[in-house]
Amino acid sequence: MDEDKLTKMVEESGNALIQHVPHARAIGLKIVTAKKDHAWLEVPYAPHLVGNPDTGVIHGGVITTLLDNASGVAVQLALPERSSIATLDLRIDYMRPAEPGKTIKAHAHCYKVTQNVAFVRGAAYHDENEDEPIATSVGTFMLAANRATPVAMAAQMAKALEAKDNKKGDA
Amino acid sequence: MDLLRKAREDGGTVDLNALIDAIPYAKFLGITVDQKGTEITTVLNFEEKLIGNPVLPALHGGVIGALLEMTAIIQLAYDAKGDALPKPIDITVDYLRSGRPIDTYARARVTKHGRRVANVQVEAWQEDRMKPIAAAHGHFLLAPPPESTQDAAG
Repeated sequence: MDEDKLTKMVEESGNALIQHVPHARAIGLKIVTAKKDHAWLEVPYAPHLVGNPDTGVIHGGVITTLLDNASGVAVQLALPERSSIATLDLRIDYMRPAEPGKTIKAHAHCYKVTQNVAFVRGAAYHDENEDEPIATSVGTFMLAANRATPVAMAAQMAKALEAKDNKKGDA
Repeated sequence: MDLLRKAREDGGTVDLNALIDAIPYAKFLGITVDQKGTEITTVLNFEEKLIGNPVLPALHGGVIGALLEMTAIIQLAYDAKGDALPKPIDITVDYLRSGRPIDTYARARVTKHGRRVANVQVEAWQEDRMKPIAAAHGHFLLAPPPESTQDAAG
């Protein structure tokens, strides 16, 4: 039940967190849903994000941004307590071009957290076709990278993690 | 792209700032090109909308990745013999320092320019070239040269 609560919290308040990030706002990045270790984000198609004017295909940099951000959220949702994180590295493999006019979705999964480092996989896709990705990613994140963390993010994550802690208490 | 085709047909080099102007996402990010001879440096002119961490504040990691990828594409388009922009196959970005809210520069080096694929290394820095904020390496699929060129060469 508490996992549902976490999902509900992220769905309801996660976008307040995202709206606090100027660049996320500038490209229309949204959190769709989330659960422990997992985040789903999306960015709608927009003319100013086009990288190839001949084809109307969105630039790879937008997909990098989407997967970087989705990965970061997945790491936050995997941590026992809120922490500032920093991307160490991120590899993106481009499988096929994004289709012009379509929203790009991303799912990131933080599959391992060690004392200092978190490991994340991600995929970007259209519609519900996660099995036919536009791009996949692998990233590592440094934990407790610095003390400062966005205020809204900290507040939202504290709420979400409270839900997770309650779950631990129940178990 | 007409721009690349025209440059090739005229036997001249690509006007890189015109190229940037033709790429909506590059314009949106505020990327410009500083070209001295054959040396190409891209400039990510700082704007508030590039911020990913408002508290530090720091540039969004995705924006830095985008700058590195764009720099590789611009370098390859400059070297290009094809009419289309090269397509990224993969890119790996190492984040070395947080991107402060100031202008960022990047330069690409084509390690290997094959017939179909190019291997490119890119580095981004801010005030001090010796202190890069990010480095990337990636593979790009090159547009095949137009058939007329192939015939002429063959």
